[in-house]
Amino acid sequence: MVEWSDFERATIQDIFSKMEYEVVGPAALSRCLVVYPWTQRYFGNFGNLYNAAAIIANPLVAKHGTTILHGLDRAVKNMDDIKATYAELSVLHSEKLHVDPDNFKLLSDCLTIVVAAKLGKDFTGDVQAAFQKFLAVVVSSLGRQYH
Amino acid sequence: MSLTQKDKAAVKALWAKISKSADAIGSDALSRMLTVYPQTKTYFSHWPDMSPGSAPVKAHGKKVMGGINLAVSKIDDLTNGLLELSEQHAFQLRVDPTNFKILSHCVLVVVSSMFPNDFTPEAHVAFDKFLTAVALALSEKYR
Repeated sequence: MVEWSDFERATIQDIFSKMEYEVVGPAALSRCLVVYPWTQRYFGNFGNLYNAAAIIANPLVAKHGTTILHGLDRAVKNMDDIKATYAELSVLHSEKLHVDPDNFKLLSDCLTIVVAAKLGKDFTGDVQAAFQKFLAVVVSSLGRQYH
Repeated sequence: MSLTQKDKAAVKALWAKISKSADAIGSDALSRMLTVYPQTKTYFSHWPDMSPGSAPVKAHGKKVMGGINLAVSKIDDLTNGLLELSEQHAFQLRVDPTNFKILSHCVLVVVSSMFPNDFTPEAHVAFDKFLTAVALALSEKYR
């Protein structure tokens, strides 16, 4: 089981309670599709992903970005059992969506960079460490049911 | 994934905006790396003080960003332009190349936090490609 310090718990709750999901989600997903273009392989039916401007303006990307962030909510509310919380989603990503789990880390890095932009100097090294630890647990749990 | 002309232009444009803050970026990125990835501290056990913002960390951050500045000026031929630094990393420093990725990520986070409006997705992809190319040039002589 993952051990969380009081600081880590408080930091995660704080970041997500203040987060604008409909802004951060789309920003993180669109950034991922621009910075790591091979991730576009999973979004063939999303329409125009031809260049950065098109990706950023794409409403399906925006909607899906928001969906992903709301999915993270479940981990925020169940920090002591993220593995079980995401078991079903892990199966979904493996069996139905066929997403290479390496992609989770790529999206996770983009989310970190978007949150850094939002928080500025409040995104200290300690806050970053807590945030990345949280995302690492999420990423690990989402990859857990692959076989 | 080599640097296109568009990438090089984007890197130079971003660098023009952020290079005045190079020392601060270097210090923050290095401090952050030592905090978020504690295993990187193993390379600095000879420092009296490894805490964020300490004198050795600041000095070293400045040195690292000096290397990045050199790389920007040699962007058309990183392998030859960074030859000396490559030999230093291969034969003296022997930093495991995984750490180049780690430090690069920390640099990106700092640039994003300090320049949120300039660090657009387009600037991000070009700069990430650039730092990857720099890391490759630095590990050129490893084996």
